[in-house]
Amino acid sequence: MPGWKPGLRESALFGRDTIHEIQRAAREGIYDIRGFGAKRAVPHFDDLLFLGASMSRYPLEGYRERCDTDVTVGARHAAKPLQLDIPITIAGMSFGALSAPAKEALGRGASEVGTSTTTGDGGMTPEEREHSRMLVYQLLPSRYGMNPDDLRKADAIEIVVGQGAKPGGGGMLLGQKISDRVAEMRDLPKGIDQRSACRHPDWTGPDDLEIKIHELREITDWQKPIFIKVGATRPYFDVALAVKAGADAVVLDGMQGGTAATQEVFIEHVGIPTLAAIRPAVDALQDLGVHREVQLIVSGGIRSGADVAKALALGADAVSIGVAALIALGDNSPELDADYAEIGSAAGFYDDWHEGRDPSGISTQDDELAARFDPELGGRRLANYLRTMVLEAQTLARACGKSHLHNLEPEDLVALTLEASAMARVPLAGTTWVPGA
Amino acid sequence: MDPSRAHPAEPGASGRPPPSGLDAQEIDLAITPLRDLNAALHDVGEDGPRRWRVLNPRGAHALAAGIDAPIEVDVEGHAGYYCAGMNQLATVRVHGNAGVGVAENIMSGSVVVHGNASQSAGATGRGGLVSIRGDASARCGISMKGVDIVVRGSVGHMSAFMAQKGRLVVCGDAGEALGDSNYEARLYVRGAVAGLGADCVEKEMRDEHRTELGELLGLAEVEGCEVSEFRRYGSARRLYNFHVDNAGEY
Repeated sequence: MPGWKPGLRESALFGRDTIHEIQRAAREGIYDIRGFGAKRAVPHFDDLLFLGASMSRYPLEGYRERCDTDVTVGARHAAKPLQLDIPITIAGMSFGALSAPAKEALGRGASEVGTSTTTGDGGMTPEEREHSRMLVYQLLPSRYGMNPDDLRKADAIEIVVGQGAKPGGGGMLLGQKISDRVAEMRDLPKGIDQRSACRHPDWTGPDDLEIKIHELREITDWQKPIFIKVGATRPYFDVALAVKAGADAVVLDGMQGGTAATQEVFIEHVGIPTLAAIRPAVDALQDLGVHREVQLIVSGGIRSGADVAKALALGADAVSIGVAALIALGDNSPELDADYAEIGSAAGFYDDWHEGRDPSGISTQDDELAARFDPELGGRRLANYLRTMVLEAQTLARACGKSHLHNLEPEDLVALTLEASAMARVPLAGTTWVPGA
Repeated sequence: MDPSRAHPAEPGASGRPPPSGLDAQEIDLAITPLRDLNAALHDVGEDGPRRWRVLNPRGAHALAAGIDAPIEVDVEGHAGYYCAGMNQLATVRVHGNAGVGVAENIMSGSVVVHGNASQSAGATGRGGLVSIRGDASARCGISMKGVDIVVRGSVGHMSAFMAQKGRLVVCGDAGEALGDSNYEARLYVRGAVAGLGADCVEKEMRDEHRTELGELLGLAEVEGCEVSEFRRYGSARRLYNFHVDNAGEY
């Protein structure tokens, strides 16, 4: 610990990060804004373990016996649901927040393994449409770039009510990332701070949303699946209302979900952990008799095949990744440590995605920086990472005797902590006790 | 000008009587499902009927939504939510009142409401013309991105909230918080303004503004209003980039 010597006692209440933040706020007079997701420790999938098969369960042979991974999303009302080969999708990230080559790489990587990618708060670019075999088009409160031509080009539509990093908050793209192209796509002047709305402009509640969804279905001739994305806050009620409004799928984004730019106080203090959100969401679907008919896509802190398998075991149909996908592309790479140091950060810590100075060329609109990023290489890395996660999830599922990832179930899990046990509603390891059950 | 944002070349915004049944394709929603109507309007192609009359709309939602063709549609009665949503090229006339979000996200063409319009008329519209002969409720022109909206009557509170581009003309009065957080939309109001929203200020009417206002009134066939009676409002641009000294405006 630099600067420490015997006799110096650091305050648990006023730690160095806290002192630094107080001094920064006093100096700058504005809250801290950053990208990434929640950095505080909250109960998560690491607090769960799979039991695996033994005397009372029959495992499947690794590498020999099948363990399927496909999932159909959106068949409830849409004529053309998404047929995903793997249950891991790429979350919405805007052109504007990300460079055009980065968006292209997401499309390349996702398409290579048969899954979907998603636009973001800024409209659809030709590059991402061209390179994404399945592209989900977001309808956000800002409606930046929204147009019926792109609606018809999309493979699915995602109505964004909220996101895990900032439930109840609007988007933010600061002036330094508003290039000519971004400004034109969003119908705004170049260089100004863009404060996206937190509420939709033409509907205000679930009854209105039902009519809005009806309009979108009419415009697209009932071809496209329609998702509703919510930040995890009151998942039972939000999911039930989404189903009532007519969603084909619900995207549930926990508080660890990433963001391109949000107030730190929002990221760390609003919403509930992904782990705590899944079971109430599944309850809502089951109570309404639509579990597996209306798909549940869970996001917010998914990093590995273990996370995927655990989310599916708790009842999700698929998961979605954002921050992890950017890391796979090359964000926070140690190879760039010197570049990160130049802008006052370090590999493994960099989260100033809102500033547009990303040396990896991913979260920037600077042409010179963006040109450093190779979309083909990035796409390949993403595909490798997705494949690895699928293999990991299959390994765990086979060990539990499951021939499809969707056959994983809560009964396969135990918890390491009381908090995780209560949230996931699986027994504390070595006991039959579930707090609150 | 981007052709997709152009107003119709012919006086499609006109409130002329609807075309007669002899030369218009009639769809009676008392008999025909809405889905069939919209599917037909989406499939007109180059050889399909150019004029349509919708009978017995009875407040149906998403009427004539998603049209992408230079056709004329007369809705003979009241429309529900999102009538003519995301319109491209078409002229849609509602001979009655329109519900929430009429002509939301309109891209081009024109939408005329002969009665009153509910909330969020012309919301997020990116081109074309929305002409409302009666009053419009709250949030008229919310988040507008290039559309022109002309309201012969008055508009409710929070109109042109977070408006980005385009013009809003109000021949009557405007409710509270007009133009709150407006970016570059130009707002013209003839009557009283109950209050201006954050960062919205009255601005000088110069010749260029008088000219464009006159053109808009002409396009919407507004009579009995003089350009000289209007005042112009727009963004003070104080909130374009955050500054702590302006924090009280947020």
